[in-house]
Amino acid sequence: MTSESKIYFYPIWLRIWHGINALSILVLIFTGINMQYANQNFKLMDFELAVNLHNIFGITVTLNYLLFFIGNMMTSNKKYYRLKMKGLIKRLILQVNYYTSGMFKNENPPFPLNEKRKFNPMQKVTYLLAMYIFVPGLIITGLALLFPETIIEEVYSLSGIFMTAVLHASLGFLVSIFLVIHLYVASIGKHPLNNFKSIIDGYHDISGH
Amino acid sequence: MRSYLHFVVVIILISFFSPTQAQNQALAPENDLCLKCHTNQTITFLNTLTKRQDKRMMNPLYILNKDHLAAGVHAKFKCTDCHSADYSKYPHNAELKLEPLSTCLDCHGGDAKYAAYKFEKIDEEFQKSVHFQKVGESFTCSKCHNQHYYQAKSRNSSEVGEIVGFSNDMCMSCHSNNNKFLLFSNKLKPELSQIHDWLPNQELHFKNVRCIECHTVVVDSLSVSHNILPKEKALKNCVECHSKNSMLEASLYKYKNIQTRTEKGKLNSIITNKSYIIGAYQNEWLNNFSIIIFLMALVGISIHLIIRIIKK
Repeated sequence: MTSESKIYFYPIWLRIWHGINALSILVLIFTGINMQYANQNFKLMDFELAVNLHNIFGITVTLNYLLFFIGNMMTSNKKYYRLKMKGLIKRLILQVNYYTSGMFKNENPPFPLNEKRKFNPMQKVTYLLAMYIFVPGLIITGLALLFPETIIEEVYSLSGIFMTAVLHASLGFLVSIFLVIHLYVASIGKHPLNNFKSIIDGYHDISGH
Repeated sequence: MRSYLHFVVVIILISFFSPTQAQNQALAPENDLCLKCHTNQTITFLNTLTKRQDKRMMNPLYILNKDHLAAGVHAKFKCTDCHSADYSKYPHNAELKLEPLSTCLDCHGGDAKYAAYKFEKIDEEFQKSVHFQKVGESFTCSKCHNQHYYQAKSRNSSEVGEIVGFSNDMCMSCHSNNNKFLLFSNKLKPELSQIHDWLPNQELHFKNVRCIECHTVVVDSLSVSHNILPKEKALKNCVECHSKNSMLEASLYKYKNIQTRTEKGKLNSIITNKSYIIGAYQNEWLNNFSIIIFLMALVGISIHLIIRIIKK
């Protein structure tokens, strides 16, 4: 292990959080699809089992989110999520250009990762959206659906419970899109499996970026 | 003086439109004498032996609720339309109790006026039901449908919660009351929460769907299914309701849907519905849209991957 090209990016608490989150989100997407598209002819698994698993893993993600939130509050990890709005569009365009053309021409990444920069601008924006909007939104709507008596019955003559369910399913869909792209982008590196290894052992190889 | 007159006019108006007035107007005036005793906790009568006025407690089973009576479909009926005319004499002759009452089909059966409600078909379905099979002729319509208070809620109410409550109360009148349950069985009633312990969100289900949703065979030509199944044959498959072709569309939501769809259109009727059923409200357009977006993401990734492999 050469310490020059590897940075200890992912402390143990973060890896535990990420592992639990990854597994739970996969189960939630699978069971969620089973419920949302339930049909006599379309059955990935038993409906009752899907409901129970969805509830259990939904609560797991909720508790796990506390670990993420408190972990970020208590450690220096929070600094990686700070977003400077000034020049953001420009930085995003640079990153998109790198992903869509620069990387094929063997150009250097516009925002190489180092101790101060764990995420490129695109990662930062998508992670912020996922972890501070989509997932909390899913947790709030999910808990509301778990205790439907807490939902306002009618909002401007629209059914509160229906709107909550639609918002929950839509956010769930966005997270599933995020997951697919996240998994693919993680394969971009010196070797397609490098980043997957990093999130397990904690060390990120920056030589590939 | 003027303000005194105003006061008197207001009092007269209030008393004219008071609920008691409205109740009395809804009920047949011929029943006044019967209801004088049968809506009261006590009865005062001349004891012919002692020659004194006696005040006694009424048998609680024979006390009627005037509000419920006035709201029922038979509010305008005379008591003697169903009960013996000899009941108009007091004290009532004890033997009158042994006389059979008129049955529902005596009026409702074979009458063109009620043809739309298909009482004969209801009777046919009911005779297949576990209630009739186990108890026989003595399990009459009135065991579930209280003739005094019955309201056609499932047909007329626009509130699903009200339909559910009214319907489930009929079942609960015996299934949560051992005294009534023992009229038809030698065993105590089973504990409902225990025999339904497999059902997730039990309370939510009990509040939002009728017992008959799972415990009857849905017959399209009938507004409410009457073939109550033995417990072994009750529906236990979540997807029957929680799916695109939810069976609730053909039962609980049948009338509401027809009504609101005509008034508001299908999408509107879904988004204004207070009871959300997982899986039952699938919008073809939204389903396809989400699949297209997902496929686009996959296509984008595939193109990127191919270029990555080529340019390696």
